Amino acid sequence: MEKIIAGNNIEVNEEGYLKDFSQWNEDVARNIANEEKIDLTNRHWDVIKFLQKAHQDKVALSIRKVGKSGVVDIKEFYKLFPQGPLKISTKIAGIPKPASCI
Amino acid sequence: MNTNRMNETMPVEEKTGKINKMMIILSKATLDNVYAAFVLANGARMEGIEAEIFFTFFGLEAINKKKLDHLHVATVGNPGMHIPTMLGGLPGMEALATTMMKKEMEKLDLPEIPEFLEILEASGVKMWACKLAMDMFHLKEEDLFDGVNGVLTVGDFYNQGSGEGTHMLFI
Repeated sequence: MEKIIAGNNIEVNEEGYLKDFSQWNEDVARNIANEEKIDLTNRHWDVIKFLQKAHQDKVALSIRKVGKSGVVDIKEFYKLFPQGPLKISTKIAGIPKPASCI
Repeated sequence: MNTNRMNETMPVEEKTGKINKMMIILSKATLDNVYAAFVLANGARMEGIEAEIFFTFFGLEAINKKKLDHLHVATVGNPGMHIPTMLGGLPGMEALATTMMKKEMEKLDLPEIPEFLEILEASGVKMWACKLAMDMFHLKEEDLFDGVNGVLTVGDFYNQGSGEGTHMLFI
């Protein structure tokens, strides 16, 4: 389905994840973050950039992998995205929701 | 997948009976049961759901500093292992089954127990030791993993679970 995010028609799935990463930009990220009641800080951006790079490198993302990345530890990851770190950060980053149980 | 189908028929904001907190009681020390409890608690936090674990009876071994890194899979009385009971009791069988299970777990990016406890602590899972079981096994708080929040009675644990949308799970 299509959703208007930051003034653009963006293709998203039923949970609001972008279907096409080429439609992502920083304004789109800020808008999705607002919907999740998150003000993006530099630390959020560090995590988002890391996630996008990991996705590009076809790394299967999990909380454990993010915690070991050296970018953010698990405690801070939860502090940055309290309502579900992996699922919300990936939504803002414009990449698919990881199908991970850990 | 079923989960996707559910989301299609029921938009998130219309869901009622939302789970806010998972209260998990772990009463066993076998690796498969401990992993079940840990994965469920961690999975709850990943969804923004609160999670607390009450370690009671043999479940205490999972937070006992001396025992937590030496938990085993049960090869006797565990039909899922498909090992005849007589063979399951042979020396070395539990160690063998445990090594095999740990190898598979690593492939799935599942941490071993000590690291998993650290992850649970960092994720904000509250961990409680059962007072009765502590007394029974003559354990003191300093015998427990540092991330444990304290020692509680059953009544205290129920109080922890008060509020709407709390679910309790006995493992």
